[in-house]
Amino acid sequence: MRDVAIVGAAITKFGELWQQSLRALAVEASLAALKDAGVDHVDALYVGAMSGGLLVGQEHLGALLADALGQSHIAATRVEGACASGGLALRQGFLAVASGAAEVVLVTGVEKMTDVDGVVATDVLATAADQEWEAMHGVTFPGLYAMMARAHMQRFGTSARALASVAAKNHAHGIKNPQAQFALRLTADDVLSSAMVADPLHALECAPISDGAAALVLVPATKAMQLSKRLVVHIAASAQAGDTMMLAGRASLSELAGVARAGALAYQQAGKGPTDIAVCEVHDCFTIAEIMATEALGFFEPGQAAAAVEAGVTSLGGRLPINTSGGLKARGHPVGATGVAQAVEIVTQLRGEAGARQVAGARVGMTQNMGGTGATAVVHILEVR
Amino acid sequence: MSTARGYREYPQRYRYEAAVCDGCGKWHFPPRLICDACKSETFTPRAMRRTGTILTHTVVHAAASAFADQAPYAVAIVEMDDGPRVTMQVVDWRTGELKSGQRVKLEFRRISEAGPAGTITYGYKAVPMSLLA
Repeated sequence: MRDVAIVGAAITKFGELWQQSLRALAVEASLAALKDAGVDHVDALYVGAMSGGLLVGQEHLGALLADALGQSHIAATRVEGACASGGLALRQGFLAVASGAAEVVLVTGVEKMTDVDGVVATDVLATAADQEWEAMHGVTFPGLYAMMARAHMQRFGTSARALASVAAKNHAHGIKNPQAQFALRLTADDVLSSAMVADPLHALECAPISDGAAALVLVPATKAMQLSKRLVVHIAASAQAGDTMMLAGRASLSELAGVARAGALAYQQAGKGPTDIAVCEVHDCFTIAEIMATEALGFFEPGQAAAAVEAGVTSLGGRLPINTSGGLKARGHPVGATGVAQAVEIVTQLRGEAGARQVAGARVGMTQNMGGTGATAVVHILEVR
Repeated sequence: MSTARGYREYPQRYRYEAAVCDGCGKWHFPPRLICDACKSETFTPRAMRRTGTILTHTVVHAAASAFADQAPYAVAIVEMDDGPRVTMQVVDWRTGELKSGQRVKLEFRRISEAGPAGTITYGYKAVPMSLLA
């Protein structure tokens, strides 16, 4: 396997973007990433998108984007794994370059969610659950994570206030990210006084419905210096693992075993451990998801992450800043774009270009992206050497 | 839900039918085509006992579209006394009854309706046993 580098990275504004179509968002991010890399053609592209079909009535997104970029002749593939679609697209791009199958690969994540109303979007997101045996009984995605939250609270005594602190922290970070959907200063009290969506999760504990796209350009590390003047960011690990499709099938409802497996594989590939990570983007689709993900990745012992959030350990300026971009909560969560957007944030941090939210001296960063209730889990470790 | 899909799921929704692995005896609900424990591909259908215990639950306030007229409604993961863990609604509960360890009994109820002219889907919902005489 060849060493793979990221030489281009770009992200659109995230939000409710009525003036831009799915196509326009994907093209904007892709062109910006190609310009960032200083390349004008690619051998292959991978598009991460969860549900173009249900959200805007458009499938076949690989060919759509390749043509829109004026490169209709290339190998273009759409990758889907619910909210992990973007992370999986990055992994497929990594594998294409690492294996020698392609030299220059574009990875674009995109979702256009606000052409439909919130009820339809909620139903579309619920398609990541088992339709016949979960969604059939009226459980929504917030409902599934709410059941995980209650299990975590029962087992470890995790408080509602600690969960709310995750959202307050990520919004504080999001204020420093110009691409973020929200620039809101929220306290834990604000979060706890917002409407209940699925008890014990409040509205301000749930990632929003968003439009947006993000893109990366991948090349063999040996060619990165010739192709690009940018600081070379290496993909030190690309790991994927799984868990049961249904939440009910898990031995433990308060742990993300698939994320733990992907994390362990990533540490092994990179020859690193949790203490080597300087900055990390995790999949905080709900507050409890960040708590459980940071425990699964070995940053905290099971049951200890909530106290760490409340103590500021994962805030900017803390020992391990988590979700400096604002996370899914504040940056926004156009689902197919998320896994790619996380990597764009880490590239920006490792290049030292994160401005007001820069983690000083960060040289190793991680992204964790998951689909459903964690049935698809993907973890990347990025590094400047 | 299409009529054909409803028909396919009758054994589980109407009769609580699990697939008991001929290889290792594990109960699967919903039924599987290959056992995740021993990889056997032969099973014997058996109806589950209708009793179980709540492991975790939520009360959904922002409903899925087919359940808008039921909100807020409770959903739980119930560990059946025969072993399978099953996601289902909990109905007829009083404040304080929804908690881990609460014993429940499955009852046959209306689940959802596909519009005024669509089929009505029936199936199982849990009722706290503290409510039952």
